[in-house]
Amino acid sequence: MRKMTVTAVALAAAMTCGAGAAMAEGKIVISNWDGYMPADLLENFTAATGIEAELSVHATNEEIMGKVVAGKGKGYDVLFVSSPFAEALNELGLVAKIDHAMTPNMANLYPEAMKLDHDTGNGFSVPYAWGTTGLCYRSDMLAAAPDSWNDLLKPSSDLTGKITMLSTDRWLMAAGLLAQGLSVNEKDAAKIEATKNLLVDAKRGLLAYDDTTFYSKLVSGEASLVHAWDGWCNYGIAENADIKYVIPKEGSDLWVDTIVVTAASQNKEAAHKFIDYVLGKDVGIWVASNILYKTPNKAAMDALDPALTAQFPNLAMAPGDLLKFEQLRDLGATQKSYTKAVTEIMASQ
Amino acid sequence: MQSRLKTLLLLGPGLGWLAVFMVVPCGIIFVHAFFERGIYGGIDYSFTFENFQRAVDPIYLTILLNSARIAGLATLIAVLLAYPAAYAITRAPRHRQVGYLILVMLPFWSNYLVRTYAWIVMLNREGLINRGLRGLGVIDEPLPLLYNEFAIVTGLVYNYLPFVVLAIYASLSRLNLEVLEASEDLGAPAWRTFLRITLPLTLPGVAAGAVFVFVLSVGNFITPDLLGGGRLQMVGNLIYDQFLSARDWPFGATLSFFLIAVMMALLFTQAVLVNRAQGESRSQVEGRTAKKAGLADA
Repeated sequence: MRKMTVTAVALAAAMTCGAGAAMAEGKIVISNWDGYMPADLLENFTAATGIEAELSVHATNEEIMGKVVAGKGKGYDVLFVSSPFAEALNELGLVAKIDHAMTPNMANLYPEAMKLDHDTGNGFSVPYAWGTTGLCYRSDMLAAAPDSWNDLLKPSSDLTGKITMLSTDRWLMAAGLLAQGLSVNEKDAAKIEATKNLLVDAKRGLLAYDDTTFYSKLVSGEASLVHAWDGWCNYGIAENADIKYVIPKEGSDLWVDTIVVTAASQNKEAAHKFIDYVLGKDVGIWVASNILYKTPNKAAMDALDPALTAQFPNLAMAPGDLLKFEQLRDLGATQKSYTKAVTEIMASQ
Repeated sequence: MQSRLKTLLLLGPGLGWLAVFMVVPCGIIFVHAFFERGIYGGIDYSFTFENFQRAVDPIYLTILLNSARIAGLATLIAVLLAYPAAYAITRAPRHRQVGYLILVMLPFWSNYLVRTYAWIVMLNREGLINRGLRGLGVIDEPLPLLYNEFAIVTGLVYNYLPFVVLAIYASLSRLNLEVLEASEDLGAPAWRTFLRITLPLTLPGVAAGAVFVFVLSVGNFITPDLLGGGRLQMVGNLIYDQFLSARDWPFGATLSFFLIAVMMALLFTQAVLVNRAQGESRSQVEGRTAKKAGLADA
């Protein structure tokens, strides 16, 4: 879900060198996106439990997936990954079962957060943040508010060249699939091909593909309509109140970022204690008020300052409404067709 | 015998370094090009030619050609800008030259990415240039300066220009001034001296600088990503994506292999051409000078 730029990839690579080697007795290694949890979380966790923890950062799901698949998860105890990746890691037998007896704070979650399609009952993953993907726009620069994926893919002439789209494969494809009323996990080859063609045509209307700075393009006025994750649109809204977020009428995906314990972990008990700590109310409040993402943590969401949900309306979305949308699922062998389609879209002239 | 041992000792570490960190990785890339991508990334060790068939698909060949065209354009512009600059520096008083060279190198004191982001600030629709021009009333609508080929070429030229200036400066400063004086004494106008003596003798410097820009540009992925907005891909982006987001290492390896092969062929051709040109131009210039000097004496 979170992505970083090339810069961050390079920095992350430099910072994680050697992190994998840290496997001292009793010490746990956690891999997360940079800035995706409170900076003092590990320090507080160690103070509260006496367990030493070390943070290693990854820039993308693909990066941590590559490392964990190559090393069978050795050197890592806890991973933060988006749900399709958690599902794939489970498929490969690289994640451990979550022992609910060791995570009493699971009770803080909404009941809906136990019914997610990728892992009903949270058997091998625990949701950390969730939300939707839609359109983020400058209400003061558009003649009419957008309400359809086609406003993005087949823009009116005044919007041409003022639009950005996400290029991360599953979300790029999801925009095209949803516009045609298809499932975000469509496996039919002909429909994948049609989606690819639709997205190749849509490329002509774009200012740029942007996964990391689209909200600042809205703020500067370079773009007026961007394909965005709701939490990131909030970063734009924070700087300019004319920026709005809308879920197109054809729907959205429900994205879920999760926490898993590696099967290779030598310290599963400590890893569970860490997850339990993260499930505490305070961490949830931090997530919602600092990274402006919705969290499945009911205790935290209930305790949010009402001013926050007034400023960022999408934070107030009810879990029941979220669950109406389909999650991105692990595609298994079909993933190859998706990446091939995306490679061809990006390569097209 | 002893001198051969000495040669071996001196060459050994360098050759060893190249063998371990250049030849072996290239070999690994080549081998991986023949395997399949696993379902969850990684490599499925079953032999296939599929990656090569896929790599010659027109869509990817177009990217390779486009990359070559963009890199070629950047090279041409960089050389045209760098030559006069290097020429001016060599003609400046010696105590000033060092100062000028430091100025040329100055951009390298800051990070490549920071410098590239600075171009985004300047070129975007609401950027410095567009605002300035609009403020002066030169334009009504902002010019499309960013997220296109123009921006990519601008970024590449900007980043690699110092290398070309230095390469040409090195070549110009080694020029034997007596040859130029001889030409002048014999009544050749300045432009003819430049075209027939200075330019041929400094071609190796131009070639070295040009190859530098071309090779660095054609494989670049950061500039097209940031200044091209991801809409215009170069082969470097294609390879980067295969490794970091598509998780298709075998196809990435195949594309890398193609890129390395094309570059090797280019470098080899360039080396042969420069070698030949150097030999010819030196003997020609020296021959001509000698002949004319002889005539003048008579």
